[in-house]
Amino acid sequence: MERLKFIGKRLVTLLVMLIGVATIVFILTKLVPGDPVTANLSQRSLSDPKIVEAYKVRYGLDKPVIVQYFYYIRNLLRLDLGTSIRTNRPVLEELKRCYPATMELAIFAIIVAAVFGVLFGIISALRRNSVIDQIVRAISVVGVSIPSFWFALIVLFVFYYKLRTMPGPGRLSSFYAAPPTVTGFYTIDALLQGNIMKFGDALMHLILPGCVLAAFTMGLITRTTRSNMLDVMSTDYIRTARAKGAPKRRVVFHHALGNAMIPVLTVIGLGLGNLLGGMVLVETIFSWPGVGQFAYESVKALDYPSIIGVSLLIALNYMVINTIVDILYGVIDPRVRRR
Amino acid sequence: MNYNPQKTPKDAQQKPILEVRHLCVDFHTAEGTVHAINDLSYTLMPGEKQGIVGESGSGKSVSSLAIMGLIPNPPGEIVSGQILFHGTDLTRLSDKEMNRIRGDKISMIFQEPMTSLNPILTCGSQIAESLVLHRGMKKKEALAESLRLMEEVGIASPEKRMKEYPHQLSGGMKQRVMIAMALACEPEILICDEPTTALDVTIQAQILDLIRKLNEEKGMSVLMITHDFGVIREISDNVIVMYTGKVVERAPADVIFREPLHPYTKGLIGSIPRITKERGRLEQIEGMVPNPTEKIEGCTFWPRCSYATEQCKKADPPTVILGMHQVKCWRYREE
Repeated sequence: MERLKFIGKRLVTLLVMLIGVATIVFILTKLVPGDPVTANLSQRSLSDPKIVEAYKVRYGLDKPVIVQYFYYIRNLLRLDLGTSIRTNRPVLEELKRCYPATMELAIFAIIVAAVFGVLFGIISALRRNSVIDQIVRAISVVGVSIPSFWFALIVLFVFYYKLRTMPGPGRLSSFYAAPPTVTGFYTIDALLQGNIMKFGDALMHLILPGCVLAAFTMGLITRTTRSNMLDVMSTDYIRTARAKGAPKRRVVFHHALGNAMIPVLTVIGLGLGNLLGGMVLVETIFSWPGVGQFAYESVKALDYPSIIGVSLLIALNYMVINTIVDILYGVIDPRVRRR
Repeated sequence: MNYNPQKTPKDAQQKPILEVRHLCVDFHTAEGTVHAINDLSYTLMPGEKQGIVGESGSGKSVSSLAIMGLIPNPPGEIVSGQILFHGTDLTRLSDKEMNRIRGDKISMIFQEPMTSLNPILTCGSQIAESLVLHRGMKKKEALAESLRLMEEVGIASPEKRMKEYPHQLSGGMKQRVMIAMALACEPEILICDEPTTALDVTIQAQILDLIRKLNEEKGMSVLMITHDFGVIREISDNVIVMYTGKVVERAPADVIFREPLHPYTKGLIGSIPRITKERGRLEQIEGMVPNPTEKIEGCTFWPRCSYATEQCKKADPPTVILGMHQVKCWRYREE
């Protein structure tokens, strides 16, 4: 009951924040220099005041800003994000199309980052100042500081072009047709289709871009895990656990890890949010038909409705992830639940 | 390992349960090596309640951690000496072998109940863990036993407390949970490292009563480590007074209160406020415990001692036995 109340509170907060973000995005579009009329109508149409007037009436641009704001919020509540100027299709449709591709890649990347990051962090903390610790530290520093676009080009060059061990850009090899859409995740959809080979192919295509994306976050997770693990291992309650005669493995995994994970969860959550933001370069290099590539194309074409749509989507993602992290906090740490 | 458990105080005349022989523990710090414990020797008999007293930095806590094999290494290290438990040298056991003794045969209660319990595990499961580890109980069975233990140490409504987390309990309650945890496997030795320091005075008395009761009922030996002679008077049969990692005096508790020999012990006892005594200024020991990295020639207490002579500054005094007393001071000679 207590937990449900806690989750309910978080969800209400989420809704309030969402309206706040939408408001900020609206204000930003009003502040950005550039007039949608001149941006969207041709020279000839612009010279005809009737057409300009009709255009303004159609999009509500003749109304005061405050009225426009309410229109905007009303449309948002109806899940109407407008029409893309570049593709002439509803923005929501476009986002629905490319969002699963991005999420599939992002979730794959965060799993890689979290599993290896936490593992390296624990090893590093338990073998403090050993050779292994130094190697792990070197890996994490490189991971954090390497620019992703450069790293992406290098791994493509080495593993795809030179060694030919990894597939190239895209989500599937060209001889496979996309699996019927259920979740939009090619790996899961291929499994649902019952095609193991296609699943394997989709998974192989995830590895290179996934690892490039994971590098930065993994470095952060490793360092956070290491320092938290070191802090926790020197606490009184770990001494108590040892005094009880608990074997080392149990002390680390049962007593220490949960406590050390609390701050690491935040880093993983923020990392996932960052991944979605950092998609643009990696998706463009790997021809990944996701939100990042869509954002890149939209910006190039000054496609305002699409840019707003992408901004809202990324903001929404951050908020949902943070809410999930908050809920997980409560699951791990009983002290948070009481607040 | 061959144990010969003797639990009742009745057959207590014979072999000691624990024997610490010439124990030396060093800490390697950035400022140099600190001899935290310097040639410490004492014995603990079955059912005995032994007090170890000293100021902060006297090495009393380190000596108890050494018995548990919990000296943080690095920086700490047992350099020499033996800790014999039923004749087995604990300093030579591996961590795995020690895990079978810790929490089962020898348990420990720590000074800080606030931080000594794991914040993300329920109290019940933390008590049950010892039983699962050492008695091979199933989780359910162990939880039922924990309930009984919580009742035994005087926790009200234990069914509710079992499922609660440490932050939901008061300090005194937490210390009771710690005691229940330490007692779970009915250890032969219970080490209490300042168990009441962080608690209110009324709670202090309750906890001490509880420890004494458990000692009488179960016949386990108690090693009470404290800076507080009031606690010693409550609970101990024998007292060891430590200063700079050495034993300066050892005697039965009633004897030491009646007739302290070492100037340091005199100072410590003289600094206790008493209701019966006429009001006046409390005595105090001049100066501070020396910085552990600092080298002091001769007796380490001479800079603070009002009886210090030239001889004290030159050589470390031998330990002499005077009746019930064992004292390390140049003022006393073997008769």
